Amino acid sequence: MTAPVIELRGLARTYPGSPPVAALRPADLVIEAGDYVAVTGPSGSGKSTLLHLLGLLDAPTEGRYLLDGLDTSALNDRDRSGLRGRRIGFVFQAFHLLPYRTALENVLLAELYNQTPRGDRSQAAVDALDAVGLGHRLDALPTTLSGGECQRVAIARALVNRPSLLLCDEPTGNLDSTNAAALMELLDQLNAAGFTIVVITHDEKVASHAGRMIAISDGVLSERVEVDHA
Amino acid sequence: MPRSTTELPSPRLTTRDAAAEAVAGIVQRPGRSVLTMLGTVLGVGAFVAVLGLTATGAGQISRQFTVLEDTTVTVEDNGPVNNVAAPGTNPAIGFPADADAVADHINGVAGAGVWWPVSLPDGTNFTGSLALSATASQTVNLLAASPGATAAMGLKLVAGSPLSRYENDTRQHVAMIDTATATALGISPARLASHPAVFVDGIAYTVVGVYSSAQRVVTDESAMLIPEQTALADYGNPEPGIGNQEEAQMIVATRIGAAQAVARQIAAAELPTDPSRLVVTSPSNPQTLQGEVNGDLAGLFLILALVSLLIGAVGIANTTLVAVLERTEEIGLRRAVGARPRHIAAQFLAESTALGTLGGLVGTCIGVATVVIFAAAKDWTAILNPAYTLPAPLIGSVVGLLAGAYPALRAARTSPLAALRSA
Repeated sequence: MTAPVIELRGLARTYPGSPPVAALRPADLVIEAGDYVAVTGPSGSGKSTLLHLLGLLDAPTEGRYLLDGLDTSALNDRDRSGLRGRRIGFVFQAFHLLPYRTALENVLLAELYNQTPRGDRSQAAVDALDAVGLGHRLDALPTTLSGGECQRVAIARALVNRPSLLLCDEPTGNLDSTNAAALMELLDQLNAAGFTIVVITHDEKVASHAGRMIAISDGVLSERVEVDHA
Repeated sequence: MPRSTTELPSPRLTTRDAAAEAVAGIVQRPGRSVLTMLGTVLGVGAFVAVLGLTATGAGQISRQFTVLEDTTVTVEDNGPVNNVAAPGTNPAIGFPADADAVADHINGVAGAGVWWPVSLPDGTNFTGSLALSATASQTVNLLAASPGATAAMGLKLVAGSPLSRYENDTRQHVAMIDTATATALGISPARLASHPAVFVDGIAYTVVGVYSSAQRVVTDESAMLIPEQTALADYGNPEPGIGNQEEAQMIVATRIGAAQAVARQIAAAELPTDPSRLVVTSPSNPQTLQGEVNGDLAGLFLILALVSLLIGAVGIANTTLVAVLERTEEIGLRRAVGARPRHIAAQFLAESTALGTLGGLVGTCIGVATVVIFAAAKDWTAILNPAYTLPAPLIGSVVGLLAGAYPALRAARTSPLAALRSA
């Protein structure tokens, strides 16, 4: 039996200070391969803290986080960086595309640090852009792309290493409703293709696309009732 | 389909990838890159140019210097150890009667002769005519000079002829004067055929030659030269001893590069029985002198060039630091896609080093061009020391590397969380 993609055991994050802030209280969570999970909650509820912990951008103050069955709390910075580059694809609200690089070059950036042979990189990047419907805009600079297209480039960049987990932080936050709907459709397709997706959002409409909904409030995670797939 | 492998991948940034990222970072912001490079361009350019110009200029100065100064040897008569001359008189001069010929036999001598300033009582009158009153007379330096001395002085004749051996040997009352003296005494160089004379306290000296300029001894003074033997007969022996300004001297014009060798031989050749009586003065060793001149100038300009380089380094450091602050979002993104802090540091270091190298290359080209154009305009020979010029671009690399160190460290320490939030 394959290990779950994500397994949290009493994972918590407290920011030091006076008084200390418990941004995430001890939480247990299992996300299996192929799951499509939405994490919802109001501002300051701990959504971003959970995203950073799941993305290995931050370390927990207690508990364990197993990614693909690997206990990440035992890993050093090198291995955490390697795991992040290979197994996790990020989609940010602000896209975070390099403005002076073409769509293709932005996608290639995700292959730079993970030992992909140079000869294989280009084809993988072109394939990823094809998969998000931007195969015809390989040489376009982000400044010439629409918001929706920029977010698609960002998704292609997240997909190019075929990660175990696609972590999306308010992916439609900077998009109009038409582009937002198209993007959610793309995420649905990717999930159908087998990608495990975790979307962090405060938008119920976005959350409604997920098969599972997890609410977070004051740093406490709770499973919400199963919703029908839109 | 996503992969489901469980091997633990280790992030890596190859040298080739780091170089490619650095080049991309530079060419994608050409304006900023050029401005960042400017400091290094100026620093390295100044470094190459000042060293090249110093070498070129010093080479030229030394060349002129050796022609005029390094071909002159002077020999002064310090007088005998035991003065046996009668009281009130001076001993015979320390140079033999055939001093000119003896000197001419030394290899490297172009011309040599004995001369001394003739000591005259105060109020001695020089007039161009006996009929003129004393008030109209001129004061002129009267010099005794052998025929060889007039040749060694390098007199440029405008009329007549130099003092001859015959006139010297037969103690003729003849003289050479310069054009200023001729004008002052009312003697026309064009009318020497009418045998004009200069009267020194009533003694007539027929003017046989008029000169306009001299390379040695009488370069900047009005002078009247009379034959050495005539001077001995009319005014007696000059007072020996260095420092009294009246001792007999020999002026020796040598060929280029022969001064040192001539100086070593001449005292013994002229006065084998008592060579120490003659004090020889020769110019400094040309190579040593040139080296000193070059060394002083190069040291000064090297400091200036280093200051320029320091300014260049501060420029790169400052711009790279600003770039790091501006690119925190990019740093966060790179961390998110697997970069380790050391990869971030390597990228910024590679960029600043590449900028420094490029600046060094451009600066070296500009420096070399400056030296070559300057030398060509002056019709000089451009001198560029390969020991300084060839490694100059590497100076740019080192400047870029050092200047990028702190910004790279800052970049590496940037938290990916803070960087991603900054957008």
